[in-house]
Amino acid sequence: MNDERKLCLSGKGLTKVFGLGRQKTVAVDHVDFAFHEGEIISIVGESGSGKTTLAKMLLGLIGETEGEVYFQGVKRDIGSQKKKQNYWKQIQAIFQDPFSSYNIFHKIDEVLLDCIRMRGGGKLPHAKKVEMMTEACSFVNLKFEELTNKYPFELSGGQQQRLMIARIFLLKPKILLADEPTSMIDACSRATILDFLMQLRDEIGMTLIFITHDIGLAYYVSDTVYIMEKGKFVESGSADEVILNPQQPYTRRLLNDVPKIHEEWDLSTV
Amino acid sequence: MKHILHEAFRSPKFVTGFVIFMAILALVVFYPLFVTDHPLAIIGQGTFFPPGIYVSVYDTTNAPQYTMMLPEAEGNRIGAKLGDVEREAMREWLIDFGIPRAEIDIDDTAKLMTLWDAYYDPALRFQGMTSARQKYFARLDASLEGLLVMEPRVIAVPNTETGAFEASQSIELTDFVNVNEVANVRVLPLGTDNFGRDMLTQLVSAIGTSLQIGLVAGTVATLIGLTLGLMAGYIGGLVDDVIMFFTNLFTAIPGIVLLILISYSIGQENRGAVTVAVVIGVTSWVWTTRAVRAQVISLRNRDHVNLSKLSGHSIFHIIFADILPYILSYVVMAFILQISSGILAEAGLSILGLGPKTTDVPTLGLMMRWAMIYSAHILNKWWAFFPVIVAIALISFSLNLMNTGLDQVFNPALRE
Ligand SMILES: Nc1ncnc2c1ncn2[C@@H]1O[C@H](COP(=O)(O)OP(=O)(O)OP(=O)(O)O)[C@@H](O)[C@H]1O
Ligand SMILES: [Mg+2]
Repeated sequence: MNDERKLCLSGKGLTKVFGLGRQKTVAVDHVDFAFHEGEIISIVGESGSGKTTLAKMLLGLIGETEGEVYFQGVKRDIGSQKKKQNYWKQIQAIFQDPFSSYNIFHKIDEVLLDCIRMRGGGKLPHAKKVEMMTEACSFVNLKFEELTNKYPFELSGGQQQRLMIARIFLLKPKILLADEPTSMIDACSRATILDFLMQLRDEIGMTLIFITHDIGLAYYVSDTVYIMEKGKFVESGSADEVILNPQQPYTRRLLNDVPKIHEEWDLSTV
Repeated sequence: MKHILHEAFRSPKFVTGFVIFMAILALVVFYPLFVTDHPLAIIGQGTFFPPGIYVSVYDTTNAPQYTMMLPEAEGNRIGAKLGDVEREAMREWLIDFGIPRAEIDIDDTAKLMTLWDAYYDPALRFQGMTSARQKYFARLDASLEGLLVMEPRVIAVPNTETGAFEASQSIELTDFVNVNEVANVRVLPLGTDNFGRDMLTQLVSAIGTSLQIGLVAGTVATLIGLTLGLMAGYIGGLVDDVIMFFTNLFTAIPGIVLLILISYSIGQENRGAVTVAVVIGVTSWVWTTRAVRAQVISLRNRDHVNLSKLSGHSIFHIIFADILPYILSYVVMAFILQISSGILAEAGLSILGLGPKTTDVPTLGLMMRWAMIYSAHILNKWWAFFPVIVAIALISFSLNLMNTGLDQVFNPALRE
């Protein structure tokens, strides 16, 4: 139905197997998907269903056991370091656990300067860089003057995740993969993080792949939903189709775990 | 880094180890400023001079003389030759000879000597007496000659014309010299070794050399171990397989065997201290490799490494900036242990006669070897080996203490 829109990331038979023999885990099992430009896609599944593994394959951080990934309709080639670096200019990520996402020996400034350098701004005058970093920080309601010369671990989980968004603000990738960006932080910060993500997406018009175990949240944010169970996509389609009219018992179970959805969100947010 | 140092210096174990190690280092650095002799210079003719202050007899006769009436002087003079052991031995002989125990008072020197002079006969050998014991009594008897005859000694000088000796100076029983006024006094706090070399000077120099050997061996082992471990852990795949193959090979062959074979094949003449250190380093990198590899494998899939990749960093940047700092604590600790085991390995090799060549520099191992070859341990010349053992133990102990202290800093779970 959305096929007129341009494909940005798609996959065929994508599989990841960890280990050998008896200890073999099929984390991702022959999944097919087609993500379109500008969409917000949610991948929903319970813990251990293989969401993070799939995300890492999409990012090219781990190799696939089987299957292919297509980037903008062409088979993805990230064979060399140079090609990888180019690929990562287009696709970026926010990881699940902000506390382990930063190098504890590097200051916040370095994290942000890396992004400027990656966008080719390495030779800009220092003042200009500071201006860019300040802008990125203020986008997520952080004050760069307060962060400069500090270490990421001195920030709260919510602040660290906002800093991640500031990073994406500087990088302006085509695709952002957000792997449960709110699962490790307190409930109060969650809404703000989501807000900033959505704002950022509107601002730079990127495709957002949103990974979550919260089907209610997926319904709330996304255009397209993929339901993942034990490494397989069991159901997919537009958010309305999948969530208002689930075909699979697994999807129904996920829905039952979120009691609110039919009562409040159902009517107010459609 | 500053934080870690700060923490380390709050660990009592680390501080104790550090202080001991620094004291040893200070000795090595400052001692040569005061005693400038070559550590291998032979100063004594004869073996194993006991520790003490050596005063030139010749210069003593030329030093200003003072007369002092010390009541204990005579007692000391006799006591020096006739100690408790000798008195007991004399009683034993006299009892064996047939004198009733009650008649012998070993505390009364004059009476004891009278009895001894009256009855002692070197030819007598009682039942159960070994010939060594018989000779001992003969020697004892000889040393007691003239013990009670306390007369001045006369120094005679040959007449330049006739060649006959003429008395020039009489030394009274009450004459003293001030050691400070004797021209030549040499303090040998640890005596001399079998070649007549000053033990302390040699020991200090040996500690220095051994520390250098440890440092070189530790550096070589750590560099090899770190490089291989990082490569195996981070690159993985075939590189990992090849490196692990060699690591397993080296693990299966005991390090000491390899060390002995390599040292032997190099040959005595080519074995300088540095060569031996390098050989030790080359044979002891396996554990560092294994530890580093294991750490790297657990680190390489962490999200901060992933983020660094996504930020476009090269493999080298990732290894040096995102992996190395996280394992640096382990590497430092492994390095400290390698230094200590390098020093021990040199000692072991040298005792087997496969250490550095003996003509260049003393090392702790070589000193042990010399002491052993010249049977210092059998002859009871404790100063020839005991200080060396203490030095090795102190170095090892201080390094290991520092290591344990660091371990507690790096692994808070181990803190009490
Ligand atoms: N490096 C690895 N080696 C071996 N097995 C792995 C590895 N990474 C993940 N797995 C396994 O793959 C499966 C899927 O893991 P994954 O992290 O993708 O789940 P997830 O959906 O992200 O779960 P969560 O919601 O808890 O983050 C799990 O069974 C996990 O044990
Ligand atoms: Mg996950």
